[in-house]
Amino acid sequence: MAEHPKVYGIAAEFSSAADLMHAAEKVRDAGFKRWDVHSPFPIHGMDKAMGLGKSWLSAVVFCGGVTGFTTAVLLQFIPSSFLYPMIVHGKPFDFMTVPAFFPIMFELTILLSALSCIAALCIFTRLPMWYHPMFNWERFSRVTDNGFFLVIESRDPKFSESRTRQFLGEIGGEHVTLVHD
Amino acid sequence: MATGSLSPANEANAAYEQQKAAVTRVPLVTNDRNLPWLTQNVSSIVESKTPIWWWISIFFTSLVAAFGLFCIGYQISTGVGVWGENHPVGWAWDITNFVFWIGIGHAGTLISAILFLTRQKWRTSINRAAEAMTIFAVVCAGIFPGIHIGRVWMAWYLAPVPNSNAIWPNFRSPLLWDVFAVSTYFTVSLLFWYVGLVPDLATLRDRAKSKVSKFAYGLFSLGWRGGNRQWRHYEMAYLVLAGISTPLVLSVHSVVSFDFATSVLPGWHATIFPPYFVAGAIFGGFAMVLTILIPARLIYPQLKDMITPQHIDKMCKIILLTGSIVGYAYAMEFFMAWYGANPYEIWVFLRNRVADPFIFGPLFNVPPAPYWWAYWAMISCNVISPQFFWFKRNRHNLWLIFIVVNLVNAGMWFERFVIIVTSLHRDFLPSSWGMFHPTWAEIGLFVGTFGIFLTLFLLFMRFLPMVTIFEVKTVLPEADPHHHPNTHNGEVKH
Repeated sequence: MAEHPKVYGIAAEFSSAADLMHAAEKVRDAGFKRWDVHSPFPIHGMDKAMGLGKSWLSAVVFCGGVTGFTTAVLLQFIPSSFLYPMIVHGKPFDFMTVPAFFPIMFELTILLSALSCIAALCIFTRLPMWYHPMFNWERFSRVTDNGFFLVIESRDPKFSESRTRQFLGEIGGEHVTLVHD
Repeated sequence: MATGSLSPANEANAAYEQQKAAVTRVPLVTNDRNLPWLTQNVSSIVESKTPIWWWISIFFTSLVAAFGLFCIGYQISTGVGVWGENHPVGWAWDITNFVFWIGIGHAGTLISAILFLTRQKWRTSINRAAEAMTIFAVVCAGIFPGIHIGRVWMAWYLAPVPNSNAIWPNFRSPLLWDVFAVSTYFTVSLLFWYVGLVPDLATLRDRAKSKVSKFAYGLFSLGWRGGNRQWRHYEMAYLVLAGISTPLVLSVHSVVSFDFATSVLPGWHATIFPPYFVAGAIFGGFAMVLTILIPARLIYPQLKDMITPQHIDKMCKIILLTGSIVGYAYAMEFFMAWYGANPYEIWVFLRNRVADPFIFGPLFNVPPAPYWWAYWAMISCNVISPQFFWFKRNRHNLWLIFIVVNLVNAGMWFERFVIIVTSLHRDFLPSSWGMFHPTWAEIGLFVGTFGIFLTLFLLFMRFLPMVTIFEVKTVLPEADPHHHPNTHNGEVKH
């Protein structure tokens, strides 16, 4: 290539989910930090094989749920108990009538949990991201069909063009390729 | 046990095979299909040339939908008097159709959320189509409460916003709970559906040939690339959405039932309503799932390896279970009317519903109920017809299943009609008695919602993958990271 574009990383293809997982265990043990595996479906046990912990997306959803609940409490009690207090179908307007206010508290808790879940998913997975260097590799289009890929990024401190390439070959990677940005 | 000519080694082997066959589960995807087969055969439904049956079908369904939209326009421009609702029957087809459609949606959420949490892996192949059905059914449902208020341009009064009249909605009213429940249900179902679609849209993006489809699928797949650092959050998001959708789906039909149960009208005022409505919704929803999937399997034979007789068998069992719960609830309503000894409630059940001219009317020595035919249509369709599913033979007979599920669809509509109209049509004073007669505008609107539903579903079949490709892949043996090609199903060879 004429302009020598920046190297994103070195990628390799594996033949099955099992091979990809064994390779991931070896990459993890070799001490790499900036790397990822790509597969057509989530592979059970891959988080452990990559040395990743629990996803804390659930914590964001919890905060969203609490926000939704608080919103509903304020939204209902401020008008019903303070701004426009009125007894309708025999139901008082103070805090003793919580059961009548409960369904909307519940629904808004659910609604804001779901919206925060989607927002957190977009932020945590960095989506939408319509351009990514991996898409430059023509074999990579099989990642949504039956391709299993492992890529070690060039910004990893242990990255070296020749040794990483050799390492990926040793752990069973095929079609080891330099991916450019 | 001597079995003649078999050598001891062969005998042991045969016994082992027999034991293995007894404990091995039937595979969820039959005929040993692999990953590329799944991708190819689900995507090809979308990628192949638009079939002629599709054009013919969508021509008719969109014609019906257009007539439904015309009826909406007519109702809005003329007034709610174009419908047959009047004293004493102030709610009739509008709310019947609303509850009917929203109930249908519940099966989709049950499959995507509750069956996910209970690890029912067979849900994977029917999940997408059922969720699509949910969304389209809620679209149809939303039309009715939206326009039955008469002046739709005042609908924003339902929203809790400060306005010049200083009027706030009554948050203690079940009708407002309904607004929140249905809009939350629609939003969450749509988000859940879209999250599930993203990896499959990426599959279509990677296979797309034309510029337009490359752009469209590329845009909506958000640049998904299946990295495990994405999958781990994705799976957590899916789990969380399933977790919050589970109480949501149970709450939506409970809140719908509160519209009736919190009133003081005999026939509506019953504590059994929330669980009874939820069971009925799941019952009716699964019937609609089968109504759609049985023809879809015929049109696209490759689906038969993913939506196998095993799947249909399981759905029939759910219909049998929930149908029995519904039948129990019908019986329990009678018990409560009798045990409660409230003469008005006994009147509603006996003289407005159950007393037919042939058996129960003469038996209790009461005149036949004006709507006895609606009540007995409901009982025959909802309680009697699912009893066929006690037998395995019947759960594998597609024609019989198709007839039964369509009876259930009709029966669930009659259930809501019976609850609403038979409780209203004889008010406390006999001078306020009257029958309900639908007009062409509301019949047209109801038929029109079927057009809207089917048109949306046909568009879904044409442009989006009908089966969740990535989820079905995870139930294949080769998706198991402990699977090795030289052994079968990860089992060690003896």
